[in-house]
Amino acid sequence: MTSRSAAQPGSASTRSHWHHILLRFIVRAPEASIAVVGIILLVAFEVLSPNFLTNANLSTVSQFFSPWAIIASGEIMLLICGEVDLSVGQVFAFAPFVMHFTAAAGLPLFAGVVVALLVSGLLGLAIGFITVFFGVASFITTLGAMLLINGLTLTLSGGFPIDTPNTPLAAILGGWNYSEVFWAAFIALALHLVLRNTRWGLHTIAVGGNPTGAAEAGIHTARIKMGNFVLCSVLGGFAGILNAFHVTSIDPNAGGANVMFLAIASAVIGGTSLLGGSGTILGGFIGAAVLGILQDGFTLLGINAFTFDIITGAAILITMITNVQFAKLRLRNRI
Amino acid sequence: MNTNPLTLEAHNISKNFGNIQAIRDISLTLARGEMLGILGDNGAGKSTLMKILTGYHQQTSGELLVNGTKVMLSSVDHARSFGIECVYQDLAMINTLSVYHNMFLNREILRRGPLPLLDHRAMRKKAEAALEDIGVNIPSVDVEVGALSGGQRQAVAIARAVASQAKILLLDEPLAAMGAREAALIIALIERLKARGDVSMIMIAHNYAQTLDVADRVMMIQRGTCTFEGRSAETSAAELFDIVRREYQANRVQG
Repeated sequence: MTSRSAAQPGSASTRSHWHHILLRFIVRAPEASIAVVGIILLVAFEVLSPNFLTNANLSTVSQFFSPWAIIASGEIMLLICGEVDLSVGQVFAFAPFVMHFTAAAGLPLFAGVVVALLVSGLLGLAIGFITVFFGVASFITTLGAMLLINGLTLTLSGGFPIDTPNTPLAAILGGWNYSEVFWAAFIALALHLVLRNTRWGLHTIAVGGNPTGAAEAGIHTARIKMGNFVLCSVLGGFAGILNAFHVTSIDPNAGGANVMFLAIASAVIGGTSLLGGSGTILGGFIGAAVLGILQDGFTLLGINAFTFDIITGAAILITMITNVQFAKLRLRNRI
Repeated sequence: MNTNPLTLEAHNISKNFGNIQAIRDISLTLARGEMLGILGDNGAGKSTLMKILTGYHQQTSGELLVNGTKVMLSSVDHARSFGIECVYQDLAMINTLSVYHNMFLNREILRRGPLPLLDHRAMRKKAEAALEDIGVNIPSVDVEVGALSGGQRQAVAIARAVASQAKILLLDEPLAAMGAREAALIIALIERLKARGDVSMIMIAHNYAQTLDVADRVMMIQRGTCTFEGRSAETSAAELFDIVRREYQANRVQG
């Protein structure tokens, strides 16, 4: 067996050069490859642009990628259990309006936030229910939900943006320069813990890896999937609220497909498989940051925005190819 | 002849899926420490019977007794609470999870403390002990199950069932799609379990020679119903083959 021969003391000592150890680490830890890319980008942009590692720019970058980093955390849980949510960018725009109208109806703003998150969760529950119990592929369910929720937002808002309410809560909820990225990091760390160290996380992997097998082991697959739809939707709504306070405007056209695609791109380049059964939340957070750094760095260097899409697209393709190759290496126990 | 008390009895079990009757009036008994082999063609109803015994499906009519007590197995968890464990043909293994996570799937050990966190260390240790206990060799319990060979996966699945205090172990085609060497390892593992005498087993299989060799008794299921039952020592593969041939020819004339 290959693993046995690789563990022979003789071959191990000849092979354990630093570059082999580094390679092994990068292949084994799915977050590592994207982290290396991120560090290279940080160094490159710092060398190329004197304004990159300044307080002002760092806060810009962090505000930039936080929305899709938060959504990526939820989307990764869904991807791991074998589903996807395309409508989360519409919940992003919808939730702040729910908050606004609840507060406008005379309830305190805090209650508005809670109601908005509850409504987001209900949307996720409905999407999950349709997917699980009617057997509609989540790609289709959420494609429908995407239009439907967007229509709800436009109807509710009349198509016009409104200002966010003045409140001391605003600083925590995205008003302060770094509050969004703190939330994004906190959510990523918490969900990383959930994924690696709780039954919910383990069962999420199991349901995506082998749905029949998971059911045979007695795991309630429907519950796991629906729960993760709710989680993703709530995070979408929350990211939308933070973003609204950050730009001090509730915009019916905020978020949308763009923020959703960036979240899924972050997940994928961070090392999450679109086939389900494996993924990493921290990798997704780093992936989100890398996309933010790229976009910001290119802007600082005065590179055309169109080029950015070319780079992002190529980055996704390259990381997917490497991920597949790394997975093969891992399975063969070569590295 | 096994004279131990019966751990499992099934009386006239039938199961309909809509208008289709998957199995009809199947009865069986299983004594403690005994191994019953169930033979039959694809689609004969073996897997349906198995899924009723594991609580995955519920019978349309007929009754089940576990240790002499009548029960209706309402779910997989419910069947498990009686010590009924099944090793499915697809093994219910998650390829992207490690061996020890698979061994504790849905029976995870949690750390003590306010947060319900997984106790990876305890699970790893217990998984190693359980594998060693029944003599299963794999590189490491940290390896993803997808990296194991078919025989190793099967052995891990059996070890998982045994480690969960199985009293009645159901094996769904444990030797299917396996080379002779790997099959021999699994047969040796089953023999070791039989020698311990505390686990009763039902094995679904295709191969007459292997089944007669391993099982104490065999029964044949054809077109949803039991057509033969006998002790392995008094049954020959030729006899079983004859039953299958008669059935085949009868159907050919009809068709």
